[in-house]
Amino acid sequence: MIPAEFEYYRPASMEDVIALLEEHGDDARVMAGGHSLIPMMKLRMADIPHLIDLQGIDGLANITVENGKVTLGAMVTQHNIIGSDALTSAVPILREAALQIADPQVRYMGTIGGNVANGDPGNDMPGLMQCLNAEFHLIGPDGERTVEARDFYEAAYMTDREDEEVLTGISFDAPSGGYAYEKQKRKIGDYATAAAAVQMTKVDGVVATASIAMTNLSDVPVWSEATADALIGTDCNEGAVKAAIQAMLGDIDPTEDNRGPVAFKRHAAGIVLGRAIARAWSRT
Amino acid sequence: MKDEVTREDRVANLKGMGCSRKRVEDARFTQGKGNYVDDVKLPGMLHGDFVRSPYAHARIKSINIDAAMALPGVTAVLTAKDLEPLGLHWMPTLAGDKQMVLADGKVLFQGQEVAFVVAADRYVAADAVELVEVEYEELEVLVDPFKALQSDVSLREDTLDADGKAADGAHGPRKHPNHIFKWEAGDEAATDQVMDSAEVVATEEMYYHRTHPCPLETCGSVASMDKVNGKLTLWGTFQAPHVVRTVASLLSGIEEHNIRVIAPDIGGGFGNKVGVYPGYICSIVASIVTGLPVKWVEDRMENLMSTAFARDYWMKGKISATKDGKITGLHCHVTADHGAFDACADPTKFPAGFMNICTGSYDIPVAYLGVDGVYTNKAPGGVSYRCSFRVTEAVYFIERMIEVLAIKLNMDPAELRSKNFIKKDQFPYQAALGWEYDSGDYQTAWDKALEAVDYKGLRAEQAQRVEDFKAGKTRKLMGIGLTFFTEIVGAGPVKNCDILGMGMFDSCEIRIHPTGSAVARLGTISQGQGHATTFAQILATEVGLPADSITIEEGDTDTAPYGLGTYGSRSTPVAGAATAMAGRKIRAKAQMIAAYLLEVHDDDVEFDVDRFVVKGAPERFKTMKEIAYAAYNQAIPGLEPGLEAVSYYDPPNMTYPFGAYVCVMDIDVDTGVPEIRRFYALDDCGTRINPMVIDGQIHGGLTEALAVALGQEIAYDDQGNVKTGTLMDFFLPTAWEVPNYETDFTVTPSPHHPIGAKGVGESPHVGGVPCFSNAVQDAFRPFGNTHTNMPHDHWRIWQTANDLGLHD
Repeated sequence: MIPAEFEYYRPASMEDVIALLEEHGDDARVMAGGHSLIPMMKLRMADIPHLIDLQGIDGLANITVENGKVTLGAMVTQHNIIGSDALTSAVPILREAALQIADPQVRYMGTIGGNVANGDPGNDMPGLMQCLNAEFHLIGPDGERTVEARDFYEAAYMTDREDEEVLTGISFDAPSGGYAYEKQKRKIGDYATAAAAVQMTKVDGVVATASIAMTNLSDVPVWSEATADALIGTDCNEGAVKAAIQAMLGDIDPTEDNRGPVAFKRHAAGIVLGRAIARAWSRT
Repeated sequence: MKDEVTREDRVANLKGMGCSRKRVEDARFTQGKGNYVDDVKLPGMLHGDFVRSPYAHARIKSINIDAAMALPGVTAVLTAKDLEPLGLHWMPTLAGDKQMVLADGKVLFQGQEVAFVVAADRYVAADAVELVEVEYEELEVLVDPFKALQSDVSLREDTLDADGKAADGAHGPRKHPNHIFKWEAGDEAATDQVMDSAEVVATEEMYYHRTHPCPLETCGSVASMDKVNGKLTLWGTFQAPHVVRTVASLLSGIEEHNIRVIAPDIGGGFGNKVGVYPGYICSIVASIVTGLPVKWVEDRMENLMSTAFARDYWMKGKISATKDGKITGLHCHVTADHGAFDACADPTKFPAGFMNICTGSYDIPVAYLGVDGVYTNKAPGGVSYRCSFRVTEAVYFIERMIEVLAIKLNMDPAELRSKNFIKKDQFPYQAALGWEYDSGDYQTAWDKALEAVDYKGLRAEQAQRVEDFKAGKTRKLMGIGLTFFTEIVGAGPVKNCDILGMGMFDSCEIRIHPTGSAVARLGTISQGQGHATTFAQILATEVGLPADSITIEEGDTDTAPYGLGTYGSRSTPVAGAATAMAGRKIRAKAQMIAAYLLEVHDDDVEFDVDRFVVKGAPERFKTMKEIAYAAYNQAIPGLEPGLEAVSYYDPPNMTYPFGAYVCVMDIDVDTGVPEIRRFYALDDCGTRINPMVIDGQIHGGLTEALAVALGQEIAYDDQGNVKTGTLMDFFLPTAWEVPNYETDFTVTPSPHHPIGAKGVGESPHVGGVPCFSNAVQDAFRPFGNTHTNMPHDHWRIWQTANDLGLHD
């Protein structure tokens, strides 16, 4: 648990961050809360000769909810999310999910930007951001650009972000209707055995819109349009939920690990999704 | 007014035995003021780190240290070749085997120590580890002990004779090169005979998985060789510091008076810190070589991968009974996976520890136990993780066999236990496998437990739940876990128990100061048990001075009397007895002093709480405080000045704590998630010294039991790679996963212990593991389950449900 030698930077402006990234390329990484990166460095599974701490940059930790639009700075911590009345009121699923991430000590440090940018398939926020159809804001040498969460993830730890880019924030429309974030895990602090994020609206007693994403059941988060489609127009009866689960099972691709074999994970994914749908529907 | 101090006030003022005195240790621990091995910082101190094997079995073709030595700040890189001239490339294990300190020609488990890097800075040491080039030739890996016993591959060539056959080991003949020992107890022929003619026989095979004690503080040491005066000081995470001093002297040739071993604050041991590890030896050698202090502290992964594991027993059981449920015989065979070196920490004559306590709390007339130890490509160990030697395995075995027999008999398992308990009037009870149980009142404890939880009501609720499940009204099953356990702790009589030839007595030395305060030093060492609190309470009651005026010291071999250390719940049964006996020596002298001061005959005064009073004249007395002052400052004819005593206590027998546990669990059949609704623990540890500390011990032991039963394991893949090397995968429960425990007690004192205390620190673990497991198994019993192996993590519980067709 002793990391290799590295240079530590704490620049005061984003220009300086970009300059350092341009100078050192993939030898450099930015760090937000550090709760994924530092353990990786201590285990010497990540070799980062140039570590750039974003704590010194102002303006990256704002939470705004205006006119139905939610914007989160990359340095907003899970703890900030849990404590924000505005967010809890506008996007209750965010708090429900954040409370299921790690433990309070980690949540004081862990940020939403780090959680979504790291590309770890175990992280909860990427799937949730796909469920909410969020946009990620990146800045790099060529200026700013926006990527949809649903297009961001390529493989485990591989994302659309270029080495010289920094994820600065996230924005999405505040959802309406029912919601649920359901997660099965072995213990506090664990990644999901299976987790499901569900948002849905009801019109005339049936599902009008739905968005569903699954976590840690593939090497990327799985936003499953087919799963949502199976529910739309139904009253979430047993047959509809079964069809939704079937659709979801067609989109996930779990692998065996200490949490269990593939058959168990697929079964658990179905159960978790079924419960998330039921809870979301009950909240519509 | 001053005469209004009542006797009750005086008793309360002592904070003696029976009082929930607050732990005196906690002030420093809760303020971050503890002093652990890693807090030891000496001028010029160097830091060591290991190059470890990535392979489970490989020959070492070459080791190149040039690049590492070239790194600025690196002082030395030790390999087996450097240790060989000192005879320290191998070291003896506590089990009569030997173990490589640094890989000698080959490696036998993943994480094995290959080279020891010494550098001026901990970070440089870690960098240098990466620069040591080791060329390996991979060999066939054996992780299955049954396959190991069939294999042509000999893991330990050093144990073969000139013909390549297995030479006799420390415990007799070996049947295969990968076989370590066969150990037997009881009468196999008579047991077989009973089985052959029995009305009912139940059999079961169970695997008690490999796990690890995982103390929060990992293992480490700081060695400082003073070349001027020839003295070696060794700080370390030692559960037995005096034994470490003797072993270090025997191995190094440094005379024992020139070695000072200090076990400072220890952050949990649970058996993990009983043995001797290569890191200790390497830090000593490196200090001798460099003339500077050398620190070695392992990290979490190193701790989990390379230091002593626990359990890993493949157990095969057979239990016979009459049709109406009277047990007639028990047969047990164990294939014990000991890993690459036999480094079990057991008394020398007991290579399978006290596994022969496996007849449990039951009057079983005939029994047999056979244990075969086997070498595999896994880390060495086999320590008693929060239990006396292999007692957790023994209790798990019998408490599962009872459940299996109950199923076979179609009898309620609580009733089956009642029917077979050793009865109160049978104590002292001679068990079929050799032990003499000191005291017990099992039926009383059992009835109290069953009544407390409304056992009949629980069974009725469970039956209704099964109906509801079958009717599709619920997807949760209910399990009722029962356990009645008997421990065997307090090793031990020197005639039976030694470690490396050192008899397992223990000791206490007391000095009363002139003003009536005291210091007592013991041969044990607390790792969190609260000795400084509870031993002062024993003394307070015995000598009549307030516990708050008594300092307890342990762990420094230059000051403490010799003792065998703390593990196997032996501190209270052995050192606690020594404390009481030394206290009584103090009191005997105090009586003479009091009689002199009161001008009466010795026999005319009697002890009363904190004073000696003249019999029949309670207004005439001398307090212990006054007596202490007189002992130093008044010439008393016929008596030496001073008030000191020392006692070395060799217990006449073990002690046998027992308890009755009940766990109520709800299991989600679809996710495999168990929810502990209730856990009731009744413990009988004899005389109770500090009820609050006992409760704390029980909460801790139950939590480690929950961990082991529900998920904590050291798992290997078929290439011997450790799959559970971090706390992400190695289950250490947090407050979130832990239920609310209900504790209860009965008191059956030990008849042979000076204060009747039996020890309690390990009981909850020993009894807890089968209780949690039985709850899981009991939930599935109505659907045909007889046994499934631990750990009962989500997927395995789900698998059980799946195999029983509950997902169809």
